[in-house]
Amino acid sequence: MILVLGGLWIGQNVNLLPADASANAPVYDELFRVLFSIGTILFIGIVGLVIFSLIRFRRRPSQRGDGLAIEGNLPLEIFWTAVPAIVVLFVGLYSYDIYDRMGGMTPLNHGMDHSAPMHDPSPPDENGERVWGGIGTSSIQAKDGGAIAAVPIEVTAMQFAFLFRYPQGDFISGELHVPAGKPVSLRMEAKDVIHAFWVPEFRLKQDVIPGQPTVLNFTPTRPGTYPIVCAELCGPYHGGMRSSVVVDDPESYEAWFNANNTLEVADA
Amino acid sequence: MTVSLTPQGEQHRPSLQPTGWLRYFSFSVDHKVIGLQYLVCGFLFYLIGGALAGAIRTELVSPMSDFMPRDVYNQVLTLHGTVMIFLWIVPVVNGAFGNYLIPFYVGARDMAFPRLNAVAFWLIPPAGLLLISSYFITGAAQSGWTAYPPLSTTTAASGQVIWILSVLLLGGSSIFGGINFIATVLKLRRPGLKLMQLPMYCWAMLGTSILVVLSTPVLAGTLILLSFDIVAHTGFFNPGLGGNVVVYQHLFWFYSHPAVYIMVLPAFGLVSEILPVHCRKPLFGYATMVYSIMAIVVLGLVVWAHHMFTSGTPPWMRLFFTIATAFIAVPTGIKFFNWLATLWGGRIALNSAVLFSCGFIINFVLGGITGVALAQVPFDVHVHDTYFVVAHFHYIVYGGTVFVIFASIYHWYPKVTGRMLNETLGRLHFLLTFIGFNLCFAPQHWLGLNGMPRRVAEYDPQFAFINQLSSAGALLMAISTLPFLWNVVDSAFRGEIAGDNPWNALTPEWLTSSPPPVENWEGEAPLVHEPYGYGVPIDQIDLAAASGSDLWSSGK
Repeated sequence: MILVLGGLWIGQNVNLLPADASANAPVYDELFRVLFSIGTILFIGIVGLVIFSLIRFRRRPSQRGDGLAIEGNLPLEIFWTAVPAIVVLFVGLYSYDIYDRMGGMTPLNHGMDHSAPMHDPSPPDENGERVWGGIGTSSIQAKDGGAIAAVPIEVTAMQFAFLFRYPQGDFISGELHVPAGKPVSLRMEAKDVIHAFWVPEFRLKQDVIPGQPTVLNFTPTRPGTYPIVCAELCGPYHGGMRSSVVVDDPESYEAWFNANNTLEVADA
Repeated sequence: MTVSLTPQGEQHRPSLQPTGWLRYFSFSVDHKVIGLQYLVCGFLFYLIGGALAGAIRTELVSPMSDFMPRDVYNQVLTLHGTVMIFLWIVPVVNGAFGNYLIPFYVGARDMAFPRLNAVAFWLIPPAGLLLISSYFITGAAQSGWTAYPPLSTTTAASGQVIWILSVLLLGGSSIFGGINFIATVLKLRRPGLKLMQLPMYCWAMLGTSILVVLSTPVLAGTLILLSFDIVAHTGFFNPGLGGNVVVYQHLFWFYSHPAVYIMVLPAFGLVSEILPVHCRKPLFGYATMVYSIMAIVVLGLVVWAHHMFTSGTPPWMRLFFTIATAFIAVPTGIKFFNWLATLWGGRIALNSAVLFSCGFIINFVLGGITGVALAQVPFDVHVHDTYFVVAHFHYIVYGGTVFVIFASIYHWYPKVTGRMLNETLGRLHFLLTFIGFNLCFAPQHWLGLNGMPRRVAEYDPQFAFINQLSSAGALLMAISTLPFLWNVVDSAFRGEIAGDNPWNALTPEWLTSSPPPVENWEGEAPLVHEPYGYGVPIDQIDLAAASGSDLWSSGK
């Protein structure tokens, strides 16, 4: 009992994670706390049992005989088969729920996503190539009630940098700027080898794969500057392949966007 | 190391093979000689892999890439992974202990195919030397042990091709070994010995060998396709030529996830042998242990895509692999609870073998918990390819398997050499290894959660302190090898004479002389129906012979 309460307390109160800065990060942290609590209870329980057994049942110099000849115990075996199975099932369903809330399950309905925002010279729907989903590959309209169009950004990963192209303003930036509170849709392509786009504060990662465009949708919440890290070995300078994402409040994003905009009339 | 294995007490035996120490360098077909060849050869590669790990941890002491050039760093991490997996853990935990013990356990005089067995071993040294020498000749592969294309097809080709060649040779060795173990366990059992009477290690090796035979050929095929892409410029994995890079990942992990079980199942088996002997109790739940091994084998084949949750896999696939992966925790959990129940109520001798086994239980439980967490897609999406994963799998393969390898060496050394290892040095070795290991890898969980990706030579300066802590742990681990090496070498000459059965064990390898003769037994092989028949039934404690504390501690 103490173990369970202690585990829950540790799980709720020990924070091992960086700041949360996207809409799905608090959801993720919820899952993390649950897993951490269960893990702590299990780990401390088993370690305690091992240490207790080693001390309590150690062979004392006076003892010559064997231990008890217990070959097994069916009810006990069933118990410790059933309990982990239930826990694992619970964790699985729970993380499925979390995954769903993060928008991971949605592309189940449209694996062929033709409506990916491509404001290239080529018309958007022309390219019928398959978009390989990442987490949050959903349209996020439902989240804020109304249908907010996501800010489309095209990400190009190459050895050893990320480039961000804003099709609405037709300019390229070396730093990702996103407005707080608005959904963002990254369409990512790699030029050479596999990279991975990771923002620890967003709790999001998606591989950027040559030949297979991937999409990553998220809604930043907390203004600030966060690192973007390449998480897939991509060559000698892999460790140096970093960039940053600046979450601006909407006004300063607007200002930044207009300062860089090269199109005369900004898209509505 | 070799000196430690010098046979004690030369007997005159008619043989065409060299006798004495020379046989350890010969094409010997004696399963015990081959087992020791695997062990010593594997340990030498472990030292090399450890030196490479030391280089990695030295580089990571500072956030800058200042210890070695960046491409060399990638070569070093590739070699470290490949050496540790293919040249140390897989050959030792399968080849070394499997060859030494399985014929004893089934009551046979040798493996089913002795010559194939020798071939399987002798593929390893050339393959290992090829791999290591590639660093000096052309520069080694630098795409990690996973060799994902297009990185592996665009970096220096010669190193990558040599890497593929040597992994193919090692895979071949592994398959030969696997076939041999399956044949030996199923077909060479002594008449009268039933499958369900075999020591647990036989079941572990049977399960492992099934995995080896089913999945290693897939790796071989994949690497051959990869080498075509490199050498002949085919386009299997080249998106520019219509290939698909993710297909490689599926094929690769179809082998490489089962490879984890190829590394840990035999360790599970070895622990199941060691604990009952030193706890003086039967192995708890024999039948469920067997079923859980087989369940792990089946599940282990259908979980590979959990390595690819960020690779653009479709959602249904993520869901399926989450559930399948998490469910591996159930049979694994059964095994751990059974070991705990084996400890419970025993008369545990707190020697080095038991300490390393219990260290294994603790480390592996932590690795298992992080494993279940990693199986959850949302969790994995954050920490995939970070130091969290590095910590997780080192808890599995080092904290798990390598601890068991050490436990096994302490347990079977008296059988192999006829002399005991020094217990004080053994406990010192355990203490240093356990503290060093946890100091090295536990902080890495935090690093991964907070934003340090794996396989980097440079990192955010805010992680410097934790990395230095981790490197200090690595140094401690390196130091911990010294008492072990001294112990093994010194005890071979000056260790206390062990006698044939110093642990009073019941499994068949102890029912012969130490070291055992060629062909294992003088006369007929013993028939052991109850390999774990230790302990006294609860109602038969001899009141006259038992001391008060005996009764007290048995709960009467």
